Amino acid sequence: MRSDFERILKVNQQKEVRSPLNSRRPIPIPAFLAGIMIKLFKVKEKQRELAENANGKPPVKKQSAGELRLHKDISELNLPKTCTISFPNGKDDLMNFEVTIRPDEGYYLGGAFIFSFQISTMYPHEAPKVKCKTKVYHPNIDLEGNVCLNILREDWKPVLNINTIIYGLYHLFTEPNHEDPLNPDAAAVLRDNPKMFESNVRRAMAGGYVGQSFFNRCI
Amino acid sequence: MATAPPSRSRDLDKLLLRPGHLVVPNFEPGPELRDDIKEYVKVLVVGAGGLGCELLKDLALSGFQNLDVIDMDRIEVTNLNRQFLFRLEDVGKPKAEVAAKRVMERVSGVNITSHFCRIEDKPLDFYSDFSIIVLGLDSIEARSYINAIACGFLEYDSDDNPREETVKPMVDGGTEGFKGHARIIVPGMTPCFECTIWLFPPQVKFPLCTLAETPRTAAHCIEYAHLIKWDEVHSGKTFDPDNPEHMQWVYSEALKRAELFGIQGVTYSLTQGVVKNIIPAIASTNAIISAACALETLKMVSGCSRTLSNYLTYNGVEGLHTKVTEFVRDKDCLVCGPGVLIELDTSITLRKFIDLLEGHPGLLLSRVSVTHRGKNLYMQAPPVLEEMTRSNLDLPLFDLMDKVPKDIVHVNGMAGKGDKKQSCLRKLRVVFKGIDVVAVEDMVLGASF
Repeated sequence: MRSDFERILKVNQQKEVRSPLNSRRPIPIPAFLAGIMIKLFKVKEKQRELAENANGKPPVKKQSAGELRLHKDISELNLPKTCTISFPNGKDDLMNFEVTIRPDEGYYLGGAFIFSFQISTMYPHEAPKVKCKTKVYHPNIDLEGNVCLNILREDWKPVLNINTIIYGLYHLFTEPNHEDPLNPDAAAVLRDNPKMFESNVRRAMAGGYVGQSFFNRCI
Repeated sequence: MATAPPSRSRDLDKLLLRPGHLVVPNFEPGPELRDDIKEYVKVLVVGAGGLGCELLKDLALSGFQNLDVIDMDRIEVTNLNRQFLFRLEDVGKPKAEVAAKRVMERVSGVNITSHFCRIEDKPLDFYSDFSIIVLGLDSIEARSYINAIACGFLEYDSDDNPREETVKPMVDGGTEGFKGHARIIVPGMTPCFECTIWLFPPQVKFPLCTLAETPRTAAHCIEYAHLIKWDEVHSGKTFDPDNPEHMQWVYSEALKRAELFGIQGVTYSLTQGVVKNIIPAIASTNAIISAACALETLKMVSGCSRTLSNYLTYNGVEGLHTKVTEFVRDKDCLVCGPGVLIELDTSITLRKFIDLLEGHPGLLLSRVSVTHRGKNLYMQAPPVLEEMTRSNLDLPLFDLMDKVPKDIVHVNGMAGKGDKKQSCLRKLRVVFKGIDVVAVEDMVLGASF
């Protein structure tokens, strides 16, 4: 279970937590309410007993703060021409969507790569789960579709957003990076023999084998 | 003369039957107060684990007689060291049911109803029945969910003051090893859980490429087996942390990897700890935090003393340190804040409504997108969603909101004028004119003071 001791200590030191309004008032607002709370409960409970069979409220869908933030992120998307987004479950499910990246330069020019995004209700405190659905020969994406992008894991912060992630993914295609390998074979080829890496990428994108792995055509 | 048998409420009576210097202004001591607490106050305890067991016992002994407890878990053998209401023969039974039964056996007069289910399975009506909700939970998600439910009952009057009869208070406890917190949340008056969600430190996550290429610790090996190897071997099958076979598989894979890289320290319990993010629980910390929560509940309900304001932290790691911090509300909180009141005619179209927000002095919103209860009424971007929602623009907002007389709508867009525009997300309280809101409210709330 998480408690947040160090943070609170830090905040205390900053001395910003006391509202200027409340700092001189000895009785906080909830205490004022406390005296009447028991009366409120009593009245409510009596009325509830009376209204036992009155119409109950139909259950209504609650929108979490995370969903609202996601709504904001999506409505402010500003994607490059190389990236498109689609919502397989329709306009009201923003928690699951797909992004297609069609790089316009570099090794992966001409290919189309689909990423699935799964957003949890704890967004933006939790990073989206992103997987590459297109099997790709890439140093930073493994054959299961796991992606090594720092902002998806260790460097995720709530101030980042969906737009940042999509740009980050796009960047992986223009600048594949052999230093953070998730596909070590591809990373070694990129480092030692860029020409061969280029031809391997071409072969994979056209549909064919690179080493033991078969790649579907994605051009 | 025979002495009267000692009353179980003798100590409680000292708090509830007499006035004192610490009481709140409207405190009315007397037997009626004590009896009213027994008769009219319904408390929901969320969670029947380490904190929940303590809370039920504490609340029952503090004079509360109508308690409910909700928990979706079954008892495991590792719970028994601290979840003292459970015995070895209870392993496998629902926690909520056993906890309720044990406390009722020991504390006469108390009535505890148990709910063996997920908190999401209960309708809103279920939660609205309780006077106060006490949380003994172990996740941010669950707290956030209950907080949203409780704050959802809150209504504001036309001056943006919370309507007292709609306030659903919460008391939240949490522990992590030797550390813990107890806080009170009175929606509309103190910060809600969402106002201060930034308090939670981000979860530590290892880079995938470190796991795949350069593991250095036992945790790296375990996360490799859990996040990468599992998918490689079980294509498509999702990993279930509560399935012992799955856990055993991850453990043995992690062990192989640790051997390969010469790393020590992978054990089955560490595997469980890393995968499920478990921090060892300490019985005494739970007892301290629960006691604080139960006492705050009693104080809030009775007024026999001022409540803490509003966040107590306890740290027993090195010596002992405890402190109360008064956090402040986020006035624009999307969950507990009042939002901006907007009165509309039922004939107004969504397009007209959006225009209106641009001219509204408190909003000055342009490039507006609108969402209502999970339905996206209009999306400014991306083009694919704009196209799907464009046809709504010429429909009356009243119809798009299923003809409810009033409800919360969320909008986002660019606020401000000229170069000072800033992207923002706002909560609006939309009220349609000419609909008999009062009658509807009376039906729903049944309370007018």
